Amino acid sequence: MRNGTTHCRYAEDVNPAFPAEIMAKPGGEALRDCIQCGTCSGACPMSVHMDLTPRRVIALTRAGLERDVLASATPWLCASCYECQVRCPREIKVTDVMYALKRRAIEKGMYPKRFPIPVLAKAFYTIVASHGRNSESRLVIELALRTNPLSLLKMAPLGIKLMRTGRMAFRQDRIMVPKELKTILDAMEES
Amino acid sequence: MTAYAYYPGCSLSGLGRPYDESLRAVFGHLGLALEEIPDWNCCGATSYMSVSEDKAVALAARNLALAGPMRAEVVAPCAACYLVLTKAQHMMHEYPALAARVHKGLRAAGLTYPEHVTVRHPLDILVNAVGLEAITAKVARPLAGYRVAPYYGCQVVRPYGTFDDPLRPQTLDRLMTAIGAHVVDYPLKAHCCGGSLTGTMEEIGVRLNFLLLKEAKARSANVLATVCPLCQYNLETYQAKMRRAFNEDVTLPIVYFTQLLGLAFGLSPVSLGLQRNFVTAEPLPAMA
Repeated sequence: MRNGTTHCRYAEDVNPAFPAEIMAKPGGEALRDCIQCGTCSGACPMSVHMDLTPRRVIALTRAGLERDVLASATPWLCASCYECQVRCPREIKVTDVMYALKRRAIEKGMYPKRFPIPVLAKAFYTIVASHGRNSESRLVIELALRTNPLSLLKMAPLGIKLMRTGRMAFRQDRIMVPKELKTILDAMEES
Repeated sequence: MTAYAYYPGCSLSGLGRPYDESLRAVFGHLGLALEEIPDWNCCGATSYMSVSEDKAVALAARNLALAGPMRAEVVAPCAACYLVLTKAQHMMHEYPALAARVHKGLRAAGLTYPEHVTVRHPLDILVNAVGLEAITAKVARPLAGYRVAPYYGCQVVRPYGTFDDPLRPQTLDRLMTAIGAHVVDYPLKAHCCGGSLTGTMEEIGVRLNFLLLKEAKARSANVLATVCPLCQYNLETYQAKMRRAFNEDVTLPIVYFTQLLGLAFGLSPVSLGLQRNFVTAEPLPAMA
C-alpha cells in the first residue's frame, strides 16, 4: 500500500472545495473541531492494516487533498464498528465521515481499483435495489466472480457445510412488490 | 400478551437461521408474541450506506412505515439491522433536508413515516422489559459448568444503543448470570469482529477473530455467546483457517445468547437450532 509520507504535495494537488463539501454531509459537521489527537486511530481495530490512519484521513481531508483520501483503502477498511466515533473527544462522527468519503469515491470513480470492498458494496446495492432483500449466497458468488473466481473452489467445503446445516438459502429472497421499493427510490431522485 | 413487530432481516433466514429459531422459541416460552412485519425489505446494512445515503435511510424508513400501524415496538435481532433502523431514525430527526426526501419517497408509495416507533434489540427486551427475575423464574436447568464469554460486538451497543455502555456493556453478562452460567471477564466483549470484511479481506478478518477467540480461551471460557448473526458466522466458520494461519487451536462453540437461554429454560436443542451450529456440542455440558 502507498505511504503518504513519502510524497510531496503541491497546490495543484489541492481541491479547495473538498473540505467544505465533506463537512456539509451529514456527520461531517464537526470535522473542523478535530484536534488531531489520534484517539480514532488508536481505537480502530483496522488501523494497523490501513495505508492512512483515520487521523491522517481527517488531516488530509481538511487540507483538501481529495485524491489522496479518495484513492486510499482506509474508508473501505472501516468496518463500521463506531469505536472511534464514541471515543472521539471532539464528538466527530468519524464513521459517518468514512461513509461520506466512500460515496464520494464511488461518485468520482476514484476508489482503489481491484479492491474487493467497493465491489461488494455495489453488488449488494444492485441486489437489494432490484429484489428488496439480500441473498447471502448470490452476494458471495458475485463478489468472487468479479474479483477472484478461483476463490469459489476454495469456498466450496464451507458452502457444503452450510448447506448441510440448512444455513444457506439459494433462492433469491424478494419482497412481494419490488415495484413499491422502486417507486420510493425513484421519487427521491426527482427534485 | 405483549406483542412486538418483528423485523428478522435477511440473515435470519440464511446464516442466522438458528438465531431466528431460538429467538422465536424463547419469546414464545416467555409469552411474548413476535408478529413479522409483512413484506419487510433489506435494512441496507453497511453496504447500501456506502453507495447512497438517502436511499439507505429510505430502505430503513419503509420498514418502519410498515411496522408503524402494527405495534409501538420493533424487535431487530441482527446487530446491523438494529443499527441501521435506529440510525435512520436519528438521521430523520437530525437532518430535515434528508428527511424531506425520504418523506417524499414514502409518500409516492402511499406510506407514512411513523414518529412513534421504538426499535429494540431482543437483549434489551429480555433484560429491561421482561426482567431478570422473570427470566430466572423460568429457568428449568441452570447452566452450571458453562463458562460464557459474553460477546456484544459493536453495533448493538454503538453508537445508538440506548440500553448499555457503548464500550463496556453489562446487559448480556447479567442475563447469562441469571440463567446460572459463569460469566468470564472478557475485555474484548465490544471489540469488532470485522463484519463483512472477513468475506472481502479474509486475512484481516481471520486475524481479528483469532484474537477474539484466543482471549476468550485465555479467560477459560468454554462457550462464547453472540447477539449478532455476522459475529456468530465469523467466529464460528473461520476457526479452521485461524488454526492454520496462527498454528494455535482456538476451537470454541459459538452460540446465540438466545440458544443458551432456551437451554436453560429446558427447551429442546433442535427447537433452538443447535444442530445447525458447526462446533456445537463438544464442551456444552448435558446436551441431549
